[in-house]
Amino acid sequence: MFTAFDNFPALLIWLPLIGGLLSFLLKKEGMARIVSMASSLLTLVVVVASMIYAKPEHALLNQVSYVWLHGLGSSFSFLLDELTKTLCLLTAVIFPIVILIVKKKHYKNEHIFFGLLMLTQCGLMGVFMAADALVFYFFWELALIPVYFLSSIWGGEKRIKATFKFFIYTFIGSLLLLIGILYMYLQTEDNSFSIVSFYRVQLTLQQQFGLFFLFFSAFAIKMPIVPFHTWQPDAYEQAPTPVTMVLSGVMVKMGVFGVIRWLLPLFPLAVKEFNGPIILIISIGMIYASLIAIKQDSIKRLIAYSSIAHIGLMAAGVFALKEVAMQGVVLQMFNHGINIVALWVVADIIEKQTGVYKISELGGIATKAPVLSVFFVVAAMANIALPLTNAFVGEFMIFNGLFKYNPWIAALAGVSIILSAVYTLNMIKNVLYGSTSSATEGFVDAKNTHVIVFAVLVSFIIAIGIYPEPILHLIEKASNIPLYPYK
Amino acid sequence: MNVIILSAIWGVLMMYVGFIGKSKNLPTYVAIAGMIFLLVANWMEYLGISFFDINTKGMLVYDSFSLIFNQVMLISILVYFLLSGSQVSSFKNNVSDLYALMFFIITGISVVAGFKSLLMLFIGIEIISIPLYVLAGSEKSNLKSNEAALKYFLMGAFSTGLMLMGIAFLYGNAGTFMVEEIQLGATEITPMLSIGLILLLSSMSFKVSAAPFHFWTPDVYDGAPTVFTSFMATVVKSAAFFAFFKLFQNAFGNIKDEWGILVAVIAVFTLVIGNITAVFQQSLKRMLSYSSIAQAGFMLLGVFAMNTFAKQGLILYFAAYSLATIGIFAVLAKFKDHSIEAFNGFAKQHPVVAFGMLICILSLAGIPLTAGFFAKYFMLLGVIEQGNMIWLAIIAVICAAVSVYYYFRVLQAIYFKEAAPQTDISFSKPFGYLMLLNAALIIALGIHPDWLLSYLNM
Repeated sequence: MFTAFDNFPALLIWLPLIGGLLSFLLKKEGMARIVSMASSLLTLVVVVASMIYAKPEHALLNQVSYVWLHGLGSSFSFLLDELTKTLCLLTAVIFPIVILIVKKKHYKNEHIFFGLLMLTQCGLMGVFMAADALVFYFFWELALIPVYFLSSIWGGEKRIKATFKFFIYTFIGSLLLLIGILYMYLQTEDNSFSIVSFYRVQLTLQQQFGLFFLFFSAFAIKMPIVPFHTWQPDAYEQAPTPVTMVLSGVMVKMGVFGVIRWLLPLFPLAVKEFNGPIILIISIGMIYASLIAIKQDSIKRLIAYSSIAHIGLMAAGVFALKEVAMQGVVLQMFNHGINIVALWVVADIIEKQTGVYKISELGGIATKAPVLSVFFVVAAMANIALPLTNAFVGEFMIFNGLFKYNPWIAALAGVSIILSAVYTLNMIKNVLYGSTSSATEGFVDAKNTHVIVFAVLVSFIIAIGIYPEPILHLIEKASNIPLYPYK
Repeated sequence: MNVIILSAIWGVLMMYVGFIGKSKNLPTYVAIAGMIFLLVANWMEYLGISFFDINTKGMLVYDSFSLIFNQVMLISILVYFLLSGSQVSSFKNNVSDLYALMFFIITGISVVAGFKSLLMLFIGIEIISIPLYVLAGSEKSNLKSNEAALKYFLMGAFSTGLMLMGIAFLYGNAGTFMVEEIQLGATEITPMLSIGLILLLSSMSFKVSAAPFHFWTPDVYDGAPTVFTSFMATVVKSAAFFAFFKLFQNAFGNIKDEWGILVAVIAVFTLVIGNITAVFQQSLKRMLSYSSIAQAGFMLLGVFAMNTFAKQGLILYFAAYSLATIGIFAVLAKFKDHSIEAFNGFAKQHPVVAFGMLICILSLAGIPLTAGFFAKYFMLLGVIEQGNMIWLAIIAVICAAVSVYYYFRVLQAIYFKEAAPQTDISFSKPFGYLMLLNAALIIALGIHPDWLLSYLNM
């Protein structure tokens, strides 16, 4: 089936897959870590190379298609364009970081842990690059299965229940998506699942309404948008931190990506009809999530609820149907991945050292661990979207578009930004400052690998915050294509 | 035709094997050899080489659909013999007779596969059922097994009665037993035709354990010896479904608008009742009986859709469902305690067998990369192609999501829960490899179903 390695999409699928399968076989201490680290770094190299060398006009480098189910009109076809490249870059940056922060000998059966992690990466790459609806669905599900096992085996105390809830939620969503895909398939003229044939289908208003909800339910659960969010805080809290990073950093972007790649171009009439109410619900949901975040005492749950608010802003930006907002969303998808991983790294260090993640039981870390504290503050500033951080650029553009769409809605959504300052600064104050508690008495500053991770993440945060031009240039074209039917 | 005669002969041969050898495993080996022989014979018929030239006056006709169905059944039974053979031969006596009965059931299955006359349908279903009553009661000292056999017999006799009555009405209407002539005559709905149709629908629903005719299933499946529950729930159920599909396609295809909604309602009832009840089961064996009802609901969608997708999908569904269920039952048969908790910590002690079971469970739940996904996929595609019946597909997928709940409970027990190691359960190395082989088959069909479906000449 797969024979050619001379193009980027095939490499991006194969590298993590081979790395994952190899890791399963390498039971020897530490070998799996080296293999998965190598394969994830190679993936990063390939993504960067694709951004430099594979210009959009080089179709042969950016596209690949293998005959799969001939009779059904589905083929394994993948496509790298600007939108996918941004998300693939995010995936490829996050995974080495995740592998770096896994402590040696921390997890039992490390080789299986890394193997499943790499398979998740393969699934994510497939989702982002799929140019065929059935393949998209396949990878959409395949990204979920390893995460289910990772969280259920290595997660916290209530892991089985929390992960199960997460799984059932997303599974219902994806099955509804499957019905939508099958219905679309039967409408295509050439009986094909390819995205091009899907784009060509002419649908009546009524069909679009129905299909819109079938597709949207899957994406809304994945993002998640209030009221489909209840799986998320539990799953983030109970999953092992590396998995939570993947979940919150990359996986939730699958939902936003799905809306941009599939929903907007396929059902323009329905989107125009429903985008107003959806933005309103999302805005209220953002405020709701922020208010809950303020009341949280657990760092993990605070980050989880804050993530709901941020993802909500992206979803609102997508449905504003304005070019500038769309660019902001694509940029913010990348930024949010970096920022939330930065917060999880801090939460992980604090939890590993002190054994607690209750804000009320912490305090005074700033005097004990200056490096960690500086990093934490930078990450927190990025979470609030302060100027000179990456999130400022993205969220500013989203608000710009939202304001063009409707000033009142923009103002409503803006409330959650103010609230995000409240809970983030509150967390900073209570964790870093004040007097030390019994838990933070012997706190040691971050060293070695963690400092490398800090440096990488901070340089992303500051670089994009100060000079976003190169990445904006990249995503400019990506953001216009989905809005084509709305002009 | 090859399989009908050869399987009957091999069945008789099996009975003599009991006299010859003293070895406990000899009947199993002879049975496996017989299955391979039948597989080859059926394949030769597919390629156009028929060993026997018997004029059945058009009552039995084998096209590619029938022969591929036969092939799928034979492969499933071969896998069953390989995985569960040691369980069958652990019966105290008459092991070879048990195998002989199973070979007679194969005869019945291939009669059903090729029927073009209602008489042949009736004979086929009876040849399948009667040996099965005996198998269900083969654990003579066990009260539950006796009860299961009696219950199965009474219910089976009742539904057979319904079927005969239905056939009589149809004969009264059309003056013939040949399904194609019934099809030609069924241009308008007469009282006789509709009574006959409803009687046949009810009796077929009994056989495939569709709600509201499903009440016998959990008790019988639970009471019968686990090895034979495996056989009943997979191969026999698939054969009954094949008969159901073929009968309604060939005899009543023209008047589908009249009965389609009836089948849709039965499918919804079966899906909802099967899935919801399965959630509450504590015993894996009972859970699997309800899951078999739930899966029957999904297969009924194929009978409802009755198009090319449904045809392909049913063949795939039989393969996916049979392979997965046979795999799980083969492991379960080694357990004395059938509760789900008995599997706690199973993966730690038997990683290879646990992995095989994992793939089987994922396939039953319909997760992509396994055969079960494409089975459900085709059913949904068939239903959606009918146009205005999307609600049926939506109910089906919501039920599929419910099914994930109870299937994954087993997974959780196997992989995520801890328990003291059980010493009384052991698996031989070959058994582990066979489970892996079974898993490989399931995954192969899940990646590339065309490997099976391309043989169907549509």
